[in-house]
Amino acid sequence: MEHVTILMAFAFAAVVAGAMLVVPSLIAPRRLTPVKAQPFESGKDPIEITQGRLAVKFSTVAIFFILIDIELLFIWPWAMLYRKLGWFGFAEMLVFLGILMLGFLYIWQKGGLEWE
Amino acid sequence: MTAIADLGIAFGRVAFVMLFILNMGGLLTWVERKQSAIMQDRIGANRASIFGFRLLGLFHPLADAIKMLTKEDFMPARADRFLFQLAPFVSVFFGLVAFAAIPFGDTLRLAGREIPLQAVTLDVGVLYVFAMLSLSIYGVMMAGWASGSNFAILGGQRAAALMISAEIAIGASIMGVIMWYGSLSLQTIVRGQGDLLLGWIPAWGILVQPLGFLLFVTAGIAATRRIPFDTPESESEIIGYFVEYSGMKFGMFAMADFLETVVIAGLTTTLFLGGWQVPWLYAEGFRFPWGAELALPHLLVVLLQVGAFTVKVSLMIFVMMLVRWTLPRFRYDQAMRLGWLGLFPLSVLNIVLTGAVLLLVGGPA
Repeated sequence: MEHVTILMAFAFAAVVAGAMLVVPSLIAPRRLTPVKAQPFESGKDPIEITQGRLAVKFSTVAIFFILIDIELLFIWPWAMLYRKLGWFGFAEMLVFLGILMLGFLYIWQKGGLEWE
Repeated sequence: MTAIADLGIAFGRVAFVMLFILNMGGLLTWVERKQSAIMQDRIGANRASIFGFRLLGLFHPLADAIKMLTKEDFMPARADRFLFQLAPFVSVFFGLVAFAAIPFGDTLRLAGREIPLQAVTLDVGVLYVFAMLSLSIYGVMMAGWASGSNFAILGGQRAAALMISAEIAIGASIMGVIMWYGSLSLQTIVRGQGDLLLGWIPAWGILVQPLGFLLFVTAGIAATRRIPFDTPESESEIIGYFVEYSGMKFGMFAMADFLETVVIAGLTTTLFLGGWQVPWLYAEGFRFPWGAELALPHLLVVLLQVGAFTVKVSLMIFVMMLVRWTLPRFRYDQAMRLGWLGLFPLSVLNIVLTGAVLLLVGGPA
């Protein structure tokens, strides 16, 4: 019962966003020509559409993100209980963050974060 | 009967928050133009008029909406029909719901009821807001991929990589706030900011976490993909993931940008600027540190709190717009480098510093 407001917020947002999609499709003009339907490329005909093929840099960044974001997940509960954990918790987290930053330094030194 | 009344109140809370963020987002289209005009010594948007009344150009958001709704709404030949339509929907949807967990006031007591002034009362409000903010990445990626255009897919990839980099910094930079106030509930964090340091300074997040504040705001601006971090759009190079969108669908992406700005401003207010707290204002009225007291009726206190929240959010948006019109765009490698080699290590340092200070000084219990 208490969390019914989440559903209400979702419904409200869905109605607003849905209306923005539906209303133009009812009242906006449609005069599609083959030229208009071409992909935009500053007036040239596109040679090839690279759908689905990514520069490898983006994939490596995504992998680093998953690695470090999961490490961060472990810090959330620790941060919440920090006052109860005291010096023991502090030392534990120093070890954890130390290992995390070692890995981060390794990525950095290997040039994983360079964009040439 | 009470169940219906409860549902009505719940709906009222949700409607208030949703209309708040929708109106803020709509107004921002005007603020952005007018503020840039003032900063650049121009007159700015002032043409739209109703019966000759121009009202400082405040009718422009209305004129924009009418224009976008009636523009041709076409789909390029190579587009993925379903995802192409879904992408703007996802962007706007998650921009809207993210704001719902942010408290805009304390508890309102009315006719024997206790109404929390927060649309979604969650114990893990921080996680909810971050989850919703992260999901809005999908709208951008889908738009880039589904458009079937080289520029669009490049913009989508850039946006995704930039947003996940910003997200790491966002997550790490607020850890200090959570350590200090010891809660993931946004309402509890705001209440904690009502404590006093040294007997007279309000313990707002910006005072106990100055480094965290700077890191969070920087990463927050990066997450909204606005100048100086607008490399996914960079209209002078690749135009961006929405290059193939027209009419209201393009308007929805523009709007999602503004909604995210409001969400980041609201989150900054809640975590660092005391949320709805007014200095030295308690449930019974003002209690000044020099001994004076001023009793206020309950409704007035609540109104002051909601007003304070609105003013703080507007101020934060104003600052973000100042940054937007002051700095030039970063190069893409500079933006990524700032996120990974600047913001992230500093955030980790902030966690360690906060931990040491908390143990040495103790802080408020």
